[in-house]
Amino acid sequence: MIPVIEMRNITKTFPGIKANDNVSLELRPGEIHALLGENGAGKSTLMSVLFGLYPLDEGSILVHGEEVEIKNPNDANKLGIGMVHQHFKLLDNFSVLENIILGFEDTHRGFLKYDEAHQKVIALSEKYKLKVDPDALIRNISVGQQQRVEILKMLYRDADILIFDEPTAVLTPQEIDELLNIMRNLTEEGKSIILITHKLKEIRMIADRCTILRKGKGIGTVTVKDVTNEKLAEMMVGRKVIFNVDKGPSKPKEIVLEAEGLTVFDSLTRQSVVKDVSFKLREGEILTIAGIEGNGQTELVYGLTGLKPIASGKLLLHGEDATTWSIKKRNEEGIAHIPEDRQKYGLVLDFSLENNMILQQYNDSRFHHRGFFKFDAIRDYAERIIEKYDVRSGKGPLTYARSMSGGNQQKAILGREIERQTNIVIAVQPTRGLDVGAIEFIHNTLIKLRDEGKAVLLISLELDEVMTLSDRILVMYEGELVGAFDPKKTDEYELGLYMSGSKKTEVLS
Amino acid sequence: MKKWSMQGFFKWLNNSESSTKVISSIIAILGGLLVGFLVMLAIDPSKAGIGLWTILTGTFRDGTRSFGQTIHYSVPIILTGISVAFAFRTGLFNIGATGQLTMGAFAAVYVGINWTFLGPLHWIVAVIAGALVGALWGSIPGLLKAYRNVNEVVASIMLNYIGSFLSILLIKTYIYNQELARALSPAASAYLPRLSQLITTHRSSLNFGFIIALIVVAVTHIILNKTTFGYQLKSVGFNRDASRYAGINEKRNIILAMTISGAIAGIAGATMYLVPGRLMTIESSLLQEGFTGIAISLLGLSSPIGVLFAGLFYGALEMGGFYLQVTTRFVPQIIEIIIAVIIYFSALALFFQKYVQFVINKVVPESEVGHE
Repeated sequence: MIPVIEMRNITKTFPGIKANDNVSLELRPGEIHALLGENGAGKSTLMSVLFGLYPLDEGSILVHGEEVEIKNPNDANKLGIGMVHQHFKLLDNFSVLENIILGFEDTHRGFLKYDEAHQKVIALSEKYKLKVDPDALIRNISVGQQQRVEILKMLYRDADILIFDEPTAVLTPQEIDELLNIMRNLTEEGKSIILITHKLKEIRMIADRCTILRKGKGIGTVTVKDVTNEKLAEMMVGRKVIFNVDKGPSKPKEIVLEAEGLTVFDSLTRQSVVKDVSFKLREGEILTIAGIEGNGQTELVYGLTGLKPIASGKLLLHGEDATTWSIKKRNEEGIAHIPEDRQKYGLVLDFSLENNMILQQYNDSRFHHRGFFKFDAIRDYAERIIEKYDVRSGKGPLTYARSMSGGNQQKAILGREIERQTNIVIAVQPTRGLDVGAIEFIHNTLIKLRDEGKAVLLISLELDEVMTLSDRILVMYEGELVGAFDPKKTDEYELGLYMSGSKKTEVLS
Repeated sequence: MKKWSMQGFFKWLNNSESSTKVISSIIAILGGLLVGFLVMLAIDPSKAGIGLWTILTGTFRDGTRSFGQTIHYSVPIILTGISVAFAFRTGLFNIGATGQLTMGAFAAVYVGINWTFLGPLHWIVAVIAGALVGALWGSIPGLLKAYRNVNEVVASIMLNYIGSFLSILLIKTYIYNQELARALSPAASAYLPRLSQLITTHRSSLNFGFIIALIVVAVTHIILNKTTFGYQLKSVGFNRDASRYAGINEKRNIILAMTISGAIAGIAGATMYLVPGRLMTIESSLLQEGFTGIAISLLGLSSPIGVLFAGLFYGALEMGGFYLQVTTRFVPQIIEIIIAVIIYFSALALFFQKYVQFVINKVVPESEVGHE
């Protein structure tokens, strides 16, 4: 059996880093082949090489047994290779059909052959059970449907080798099930699929074989049936991984933060993106707000921390009305904020690590005397955080934040925020894009904070994370809280129904 | 032993954040000189070599006199350079140094003409007046930026013209010399004291302006690198969102940064006109010093000390240009061409930095480079 794709000894170097180091991959006809690895392991680079986005330094690519040179995505398309990118490449105000044919239009004397295209799309969507209305505008359909449009785009171009880049990151559990079914249908019709992921569960559910990358190197290819999840994780991370987080029951105490009917406007459209949100946060608990990205969680946090004004409603901190307090005052009165976008909000990338560690506290008398910095005190403080939170960097406190890895940047922010000794910690997607080791560390730290009696508000899109960490769960959909749950009495599927707006109950805080 | 020290050098090349930047500035200077040389070659090949030599050595041609003159030429450029650099470090592009300089110069000259009752303090007060009015002029784009989100580049460019024409109006109204069609001359007590008054053997026109420039270099260096105030300014400059997140008042910092930047440009204006023999004109063209300051700021990598050296280099070129005119047939505009090319190359500094880094990576054996 000739493999549909064979990548042999691929090496791709970027200035300062070997993104792929002698990696090989073989895709058999009709199989679903998972490409597993942590962030930064080189999965995307490898696929970008295959899709013609980067030239390769060494190695060769064979398609259907013949050596080929793929210089750009058009070459890849001609060879029948299609890719669904993690961030969809669709035009919002075009219809589904227009998006599908874009760049591949059939014309008759300069006029589009709309009807033929229409029929072809309908035929494809029936054949592969990809239900979507060809005439709907992209902006009016759900994320799951948009993904189907991306798949149809590949099929319309007669691709038979399909690459899915982290396709489940934006989907609810129900949508994930549907997607996996679609992928099964595709392979039954003779397509071959490469699935890029770092989720073991999905690999277990759907993949036949799995190639593991770690730090740019190919660790091996295994048949999924023959190995345990623990073994896969170990191959991915390079050491044993403990899946379960140690967590006792919570002991909630005083209410420290209270939102009463909070409403926040989008600064551009002046529409409310957070609508009448009320909840109470107590010391000694982890309260999680779950939801799909873009349902107002970001703006809710902006409203709580002061980055955006509260349009109506009330915010109470320790019983005091904090609705109009400045960001500085809220920082000083007890809010620590681990921001969603660590590079935009969390760090000044062109500052050294030690300068970043005093971002809120530069004016504290510990660090200056009449406006002149006490550099020794700053250095000591930074070194303490670096040690305590295991922040690894080239030059310690003098490292520029820009040159640190995402995991270490996040640990630095975490350390800075916790060392400020506040009793409210708002953590927004604190593990986004991090490797397993850093995720473990951050999860354990959040639980430790809770056990120390601090109030933790967690905003998360990852249902696994929501289920492991939370003491209480609120689900946010289109700016409203639509459900309140006890993690012991619910599961991911129930949460998924609320997250996608299919179900809704009155939330009493 | 020798091998070891080579490794040390490679390490510096590779690790020092500043090494690539300094190297790219030097490349910019060499590029400028090369183009100047090529132009001279095209005009008169026989004298191009001597011309380049004259430009490079002008500073040392006449002992302390040419040396002092070099420094004297560099003073306003150092000051405008720091004005631009200071704003730049806080994330603002002050292209309006010219307007601030013009308004500051008018205020200094006005005080220099009229407030003769001040006696020995006269010139000091005149410089302070220049700084205050420059600050006022600089604060306008700052306020507009902070409260109305008006792009400071646009606002400060417009204020260059407003400042230029307003100064003509003010000169004609208050301090006009009909016969010369220029402003009146400040009183002798308002002239910046010449250093030759202190050191009798010194013959150049070098005056107290250079001391003022050194003080400004020191003060801005300390503010930017040692104080909480400078920390806030830089933080806002590097990342406005993170600064807001941390509770730093970005509006206040924007206004203060532009005000200080304007004050420094105003001082530059004062040093230009509180000297005998130079009178403010009523020509409706913008003063070049403000724009040259942008180039010098780029060349000096936006650091006060870097700007000091870049400004002195500019003074040396000016001095060289003076002798170029005296000893060869070349026009001194060659100097302006050289400076213009250096500006281009400085603007391309980012490209150079990448290229330099690339070359370093090629040259330094990989095993010796520790990647993160």
